[in-house]
Amino acid sequence: MDALISGLVGPYEFGFMRRALVGCLALSLSAPPLGVFLMLRRMSLMSEAMSHAILPGAAAGFLVAGLSLPAMTLGGLVAGLAVALLAGFVTRSTMLKEDASLAAFYLIALAGGVFLVSLRGSQVDLLHILFGSVLALDDPALWLMGGVSTVTLLALAVLYRPLVMECVDPLYLRTVSRAGGPVHYAFLALVVMNLVGGFQALGTLLAVGLMLLPAITARFWASDLSGLIPVSMLVSVIASAIGLTVSYNAEIRLPTGPAIVLAAGALYILSMLVGPRGGLLQRLVRRRHLEA
Amino acid sequence: MSGGIRIRGLTLGYDRHPAIHHLDGTIAPGDLLALVGPNGAGKSTLLKGLVGEVQVLEGRIERGAAAGAIAYLPQAAEIDRDFPLSVLDLVAMGLWRWLGAWRSLFRGRAECEAALAAVGLSGFEDRPIGTLSGGQFQRALFARLIVQDAPVILLDEPFTGIDARTVGDLLALIRGWHGQGRTVVAALHDLGQVRAHFSKTLLLAREPIAWGPTAVVLTPPNLERARHLSEAWDETAAICRRDHDDHGHHDHAAHAGHGDHHGHDHPGHHGVKREAAE
Repeated sequence: MDALISGLVGPYEFGFMRRALVGCLALSLSAPPLGVFLMLRRMSLMSEAMSHAILPGAAAGFLVAGLSLPAMTLGGLVAGLAVALLAGFVTRSTMLKEDASLAAFYLIALAGGVFLVSLRGSQVDLLHILFGSVLALDDPALWLMGGVSTVTLLALAVLYRPLVMECVDPLYLRTVSRAGGPVHYAFLALVVMNLVGGFQALGTLLAVGLMLLPAITARFWASDLSGLIPVSMLVSVIASAIGLTVSYNAEIRLPTGPAIVLAAGALYILSMLVGPRGGLLQRLVRRRHLEA
Repeated sequence: MSGGIRIRGLTLGYDRHPAIHHLDGTIAPGDLLALVGPNGAGKSTLLKGLVGEVQVLEGRIERGAAAGAIAYLPQAAEIDRDFPLSVLDLVAMGLWRWLGAWRSLFRGRAECEAALAAVGLSGFEDRPIGTLSGGQFQRALFARLIVQDAPVILLDEPFTGIDARTVGDLLALIRGWHGQGRTVVAALHDLGQVRAHFSKTLLLAREPIAWGPTAVVLTPPNLERARHLSEAWDETAAICRRDHDDHGHHDHAAHAGHGDHHGHDHPGHHGVKREAAE
């Protein structure tokens, strides 16, 4: 019992572990609700593409200023927003569907980003940018993540109703209001902000992990938005805590960022099996149908 | 309620190809107008044009007092029915004009419930929209139209795939709207329905064939002409020079001659000069 308690609490005697936990909690409050909307709008792959798009921006910042938070954040924001807007533009003005144009963009972005980092940095720098360094979050990084989380939650509160309408019936929203376009772009901007915030901890490749996995997991536990959003946040918080604790306690050295995303992945698989809304077990046990 | 719309020399289309070609006329306030024509005749395009969804290639739509208060029911396929939304929330979208993004739905709830009762969906408030049948879903969309309380209501093939009883109920609602002085425009296929319930008809086949009292418009010769006009989308179509012939600039005077009378062909219709496209 003592061993269990020390295993659970022990890691957080260290400042860097507490910082990692706080950073992940901030991310867990803002990214999963966005993931819920991405999933419901069938834009899961879009967010994946956007997270890859952040890489060359961050890499450009890295080229100019080394491992500097403001430079890499700014670069990531600019690149992410540019790809989101460009993909939309290419879709509207050519015959490509959005998923195809996004796939093209993110492959270019990923290759370009790795190329840029390698121009100046070492393998370690590249790993840092690709997979983050959740155990090395400094004050500015925590402020950034907290700020992103706060802005996201406030913006979601403001945009919630038009955003839902834009998801369900964009045509209707267009006929009653001009809010549709701005709401869509504001939503994309929030996604990019959260990916940039997440990239401090989890890197550009995995930042989207805490956004999508908890949202998809929540689908097995809740059926409407008022359930999906809190459940997704909870899943993300639990995954962060498990990932951090396990990676600290493990005998061999486990990379922390991937451990967090893997924990979220484990929760997803568990939910897929036992979740009450369309989980596999639910389907295997056939209950008799109702009268009406 | 005043909900008149004037249409002047209107050409609507996609990619320079007209789907509605040189339409002139007035939808008078309180009209109960059916849009009739073969598939591809431009019925949906005209409705989309009226709500600003399709680019106006030429001419004008004068919405006057109706601007901003047009309720539009598209073909249901355009709504994401997998989205986890309750029926009540779907209906409550109709309150956007009054509630916007932030005002509380609390006082609107009774109104939404009344609208659901009016379409025969009492008790469905908390059901997810994905669980409704086609007919029930269409009823829910009509409830949203009730809540929207708009002076002009546009319906795009509202009865496709709907059973007779539901159609009867929805037609009764439409008659009710007409009685309240609202303008209703509906794209329809069933000519029997149109003759029985709609006082005016616009027969379209990309070109306006006839526009006026239903009995005058839905004659065998007119219907025959509508069938004959090609549905084909001609990739190599010539550039339409019609406007350059009969009114080089878009002033009111040029249109005044045929702005108000319904049921006649556009002047200059048959003497169209054509020129090869670049």
